[in-house]
Amino acid sequence: MSTNKEYLQIEREKEWRVELRKKMANKDRTAMIRTRMPELDPFVRIRYQDREVNTGLTEVQAQAEASRCLDCPNPTCIDGCPVSINIPKFVKYIEQGSFLEAAKTLKETSALPAVCGRVCPQEKQCEASCFYTQKMKKDPVAIGYLERFAADYERESGLMSIPEVAPSNGIKVAAIGSGPASLSFAGDMIKLGYDVTVFEALHEIGGVLKYGIPEFRLPNKIVDVELDNLQKMGVKFVRNFIVGKTASFDDLKEEGFEAFFVASGAGLPRFMNIPGENYNGILSSNEYLTRVNLMNAASDEFDTPIIKGKNVAVIGGGNTAMDSVRTAKRLGAERAMIIYRRSRAEMPARVEEVHHAEEEGIEFLNLANPIEYFADEKGKVNGMRIQRMGLGEPDASGRRRPIVLEGSEYDIPVDLVVVAVGVSPNPLIPSEVKDLKVSKWGTIEVVEETMQSSIPELFAGGDIVRGGATVILAMGDGRKAAASMDQYLQEKHQQTN
Amino acid sequence: MNQIVEKVLFSEKVAKFVVDAPRIARSRKPGHFVILRVDEKGERIPLTIAGADPVKGTIVLVVQKMGVSSSKLFELNVGDYILDLVGPLGKATHIHQPGTVLACGGGVGVAPMLPIVEAFKKAGNRVISILAARNKDLIILEDEIRKWSDEVIVMTDDGSYGTKGLVTAGAEAVILREKVDECIAIGPAVMMKFTSLLTKKYQIPTQASLNAIMVDGTGMCGACRVTVGGQTLFTCIDGPEFDAHQIDFDELIMRLGGYSSEEKLANERYL
Ligand SMILES: Cc1cc2nc3c(=O)[nH]c(=O)nc-3n(C[C@H](O)[C@H](O)[C@H](O)COP(=O)(O)OP(=O)(O)OC[C@H]3O[C@@H](n4cnc5c(N)ncnc54)[C@H](O)[C@@H]3O)c2cc1C
Ligand SMILES: Cc1cc2nc3c(=O)[nH]c(=O)nc-3n(C[C@H](O)[C@H](O)[C@H](O)COP(=O)(O)OP(=O)(O)OC[C@H]3O[C@@H](n4cnc5c(N)ncnc54)[C@H](O)[C@@H]3O)c2cc1C
Ligand code: SF4
Ligand code: FES
Repeated sequence: MSTNKEYLQIEREKEWRVELRKKMANKDRTAMIRTRMPELDPFVRIRYQDREVNTGLTEVQAQAEASRCLDCPNPTCIDGCPVSINIPKFVKYIEQGSFLEAAKTLKETSALPAVCGRVCPQEKQCEASCFYTQKMKKDPVAIGYLERFAADYERESGLMSIPEVAPSNGIKVAAIGSGPASLSFAGDMIKLGYDVTVFEALHEIGGVLKYGIPEFRLPNKIVDVELDNLQKMGVKFVRNFIVGKTASFDDLKEEGFEAFFVASGAGLPRFMNIPGENYNGILSSNEYLTRVNLMNAASDEFDTPIIKGKNVAVIGGGNTAMDSVRTAKRLGAERAMIIYRRSRAEMPARVEEVHHAEEEGIEFLNLANPIEYFADEKGKVNGMRIQRMGLGEPDASGRRRPIVLEGSEYDIPVDLVVVAVGVSPNPLIPSEVKDLKVSKWGTIEVVEETMQSSIPELFAGGDIVRGGATVILAMGDGRKAAASMDQYLQEKHQQTN
Repeated sequence: MNQIVEKVLFSEKVAKFVVDAPRIARSRKPGHFVILRVDEKGERIPLTIAGADPVKGTIVLVVQKMGVSSSKLFELNVGDYILDLVGPLGKATHIHQPGTVLACGGGVGVAPMLPIVEAFKKAGNRVISILAARNKDLIILEDEIRKWSDEVIVMTDDGSYGTKGLVTAGAEAVILREKVDECIAIGPAVMMKFTSLLTKKYQIPTQASLNAIMVDGTGMCGACRVTVGGQTLFTCIDGPEFDAHQIDFDELIMRLGGYSSEEKLANERYL
């Protein structure tokens, strides 16, 4: 990646950056304290499903935070970013007050900065690799807050630029699914002049961003603005269309589609297969969150029902579990609990979400695992048996393996249980396409550099390739697939011309 | 948006809709269903595709008024639009030639049974159909079923039409009279349970089409899970038809009541 290093160097030596570095001594920069994200009071926010917890930095706060960044000659933060955003460049634009330029810098690499600024696990990525974390044992530059600030500033300024689109080349391509992988793919392909159609099985566009992640963490309007822009650029969205069912790949080829990007996600919920798990009142996090987020079930005006539990247990320690338990709290749970078999430090959820959950009065039952459910005479869950766990030797993931503590079982009353123990790849496409190479986990196999599957005109990315992963990785896959599909199609058309 | 092009009332509670859905009309097979949402505030509900005309690009749905969502659909008329409609969903029925097929349909279950009966007849089987309902008004699609059956037996609980008695009585009479190679049961869960117990006694392979509660219909939520042969499966992607002798019907019946208090409230608000 020497070219990239050179490019970063050239950018860094630009006069405005050099001037900005001189404006403040590094020891003054490092003496500053990391800005705290302003947030809604926990007692207020637990009453609203749709009020965002983080309210965003002010301009003054953002500029102050940006001035903490040392504009390092070797910016290690970039190594921590899965899509290698030029972090110091956008941060320095903020320090300088050129907020729109900062947003533009983000968009050179990230299709959805307003989303990523809110949902990326920064503490494991860019911020974990920041000089402050690595060398000074201090709080890292709040890269995530700043990313969100720049993207929000651009959107709210009304000056959001619609990227330029190349003249149409008349080649039809399809994206399957409408999550972050597809959206970033569609954005790149339309810019290159392709005729892009996104097919979505559900009645809403956005994938997990709409049906999964709740509004208190990612407001729908932020996703809608992005969708609107894509539409203005010419991307066509078709809802209620399941590729492989409503029409087959062969049908679509006959209609002129020359290549496909499969980003159908990891939608299949896992259960634990323990006694009583099919009682009423025990549901997957996907069902619970879909009812609330996609179907508006919590509102009386909407027809879809939801069970509002008083004693709610959510099984798992990831983002999905946090979203579910905090939703339950907002829907009126008196006791909303996380039940997770490992310790607190090993929970895969974003640190900020765990912290927010705690502020909201969520109880954490760590080193605990459900082993059985009980129900009343109508089959409605009313209790569960929990087993205590200890920590053994580290496993393949480097985390200490949870081990069963025999004889430690105890029962607690519950009237709603949400199971959030992971998802498997959506089986629809793999089962409908005969010669598609699929791994033993059900993920589509692709060549890593090109995202091309065993069928040449079929590319894939996001969770259907990785299993449950992250928004930023899905987005990165979409961009990578767009670039290599473009190459594939250009070569194909040159040969035929 | 899918337009309603024809509506026929079968009774006060059951109506047939012909709906514009060209893609689904072309790709659907017997056993498939759709999920629809009538309006912005609506719920996503599953309905079987009871027939299709690929040339006209239409599909047939038969709906029975139950609660809010089915009533909202029931009240639509020719020219109105259904906001969202997706399909075809589920696995298609395995159509083959076992010989003599006994098809038992209860209530509105006769609608999903129609395309299956047609396909088995076309595949060269002898088809005996039993139509069962509480009373005469609830017997639907008799002429259409007749067209594809060698024999049709009508059973009503109150004896207002056909023979008085339950579907199982009619089925047992046929089984005792002649060799039945395969049985299909579609209708209320209780009816399928008892039909399945009967055919198990006579060791006749039986398929039942389950009406589990659904949300997305694409395998994403698990609301539709059922226990079949001791294993948890999803009705929407693994079914809706399963080997009836392996299904845990008691669990299915229990799960159908999972939202009953919430549904009751919603219905009261709606009325
Ligand atoms: C509750 C929850 C919280 C999360 N929180 C975070 C977070 O904080 N940070 C983070 O980085 N990640 C988070 N994730 C993970 C992240 O959302 C996913 O990794 C990401 O959305 C994957 O994107 P995707 O484009 O691959 O697919 P998805 O977003 O899963 O979208 C796939 C879409 O494809 C559609 N589809 C499937 N099959 C077909 C078909 N045959 N035809 C048409 N359409 C089809 C589906 O309906 C779906 O809408 C979270 C996930 C969940 C569920
Ligand atoms: C694969 C499949 C195919 C179906 N095909 C048809 C069809 O062709 N015609 C038809 O009329 N119905 C069909 N159903 C049933 C139909 O989906 C339900 O009747 C409908 O969802 C009820 O919604 P509601 O809001 O009107 O009633 P609700 O108020 O939700 O419920 C009223 C009553 O119906 C019961 N109920 C709720 N959901 C279901 C359900 N999914 N199935 C059965 N009972 C339910 C409740 O327990 C309650 O007692 C099918 C169901 C499935 C799963
Ligand atoms: S490593 Fe930290 S201090 Fe250095 S450039 Fe990146 S964000 Fe700024
Ligand atoms: S209806 Fe959601 S998984 Fe079957």
